[in-house]
Amino acid sequence: MAQTYDSAPVFDEIEVGHELPAQTFTIRRADLVRYAGASGDFNVIHWNQRVATSVGLPDVIAHGMFTMALAARVVTDWAVDPGRVQEYGVRFTRPVPVPDDDQGALLEVTGKVAAKLDDGMVRVDLTATHAGAKVLGRAQAVVALG
Amino acid sequence: MPIDPSFAGRTYPPTEPYEVGVEKIREFAAALGDDNPAYRDRAAAAALGHPDVIAPPTFPFVLTFQASRRLIDDPDLGIDYSRVVHGEQKFAHTRPVRAGDALTVTVTLETVRSAGGHDMITSRSDVATVEGEHVATAWSTLVVRGEG
Repeated sequence: MAQTYDSAPVFDEIEVGHELPAQTFTIRRADLVRYAGASGDFNVIHWNQRVATSVGLPDVIAHGMFTMALAARVVTDWAVDPGRVQEYGVRFTRPVPVPDDDQGALLEVTGKVAAKLDDGMVRVDLTATHAGAKVLGRAQAVVALG
Repeated sequence: MPIDPSFAGRTYPPTEPYEVGVEKIREFAAALGDDNPAYRDRAAAAALGHPDVIAPPTFPFVLTFQASRRLIDDPDLGIDYSRVVHGEQKFAHTRPVRAGDALTVTVTLETVRSAGGHDMITSRSDVATVEGEHVATAWSTLVVRGEG
């Protein structure tokens, strides 16, 4: 189904503090393997438990860029057109360990409009948590609204 | 050995063109579990005003990650990659990457600083079409953990 701007947020109707629909993502080992292949980042700490634990990690950890990409979904799903994302930045503050089971690791992402900028742009601040702790710091996106 | 801050400002030669294919974008979106039609369907992308299927906002990392090998493998910097952790990442988009783009990446070592026994290296990767149109800039901060 084709989407149009009709359902997209409109700058004049969005206030600071507006909350974007929150999302929860499940990250399983298979997702890391698939992301490794799609992104070209084959660092072994993202798929080999033996190596991950030998360098002091609690388990295989998710690619920071995978976590960053999942968190962006809260913004792109809200914006309707992903091409409206002008800027997106994060700090990787804590790894997301991904266990070797069918449950995987949960990533909970919330976002809200933190500022209205010039030229119809808004800044969205994101919060991404795993097991109750933030895994991304200063996660911010600048989005051009209609 | 801390990395010599005087290397800041060093720019590496542009990469060979990377041709963005629609199937690569679909594969990347599928890896994110993202079924946004703008990543898959030309008609859906066109309805949003895009000339072809567009890529997710973090897609440029596929190119800039490859390009950053120029810096990581620079013998003057002497980076031990086994000690590298990804600290920060940022993208600024002039427009989304889209299918049909032929893109080159120019990597610049922007800042080098040391704190708490670690080196922090921030690189800037400018992504442009072979025609010279700027598409996106990505900044990566890598933390090289100190020994001991």
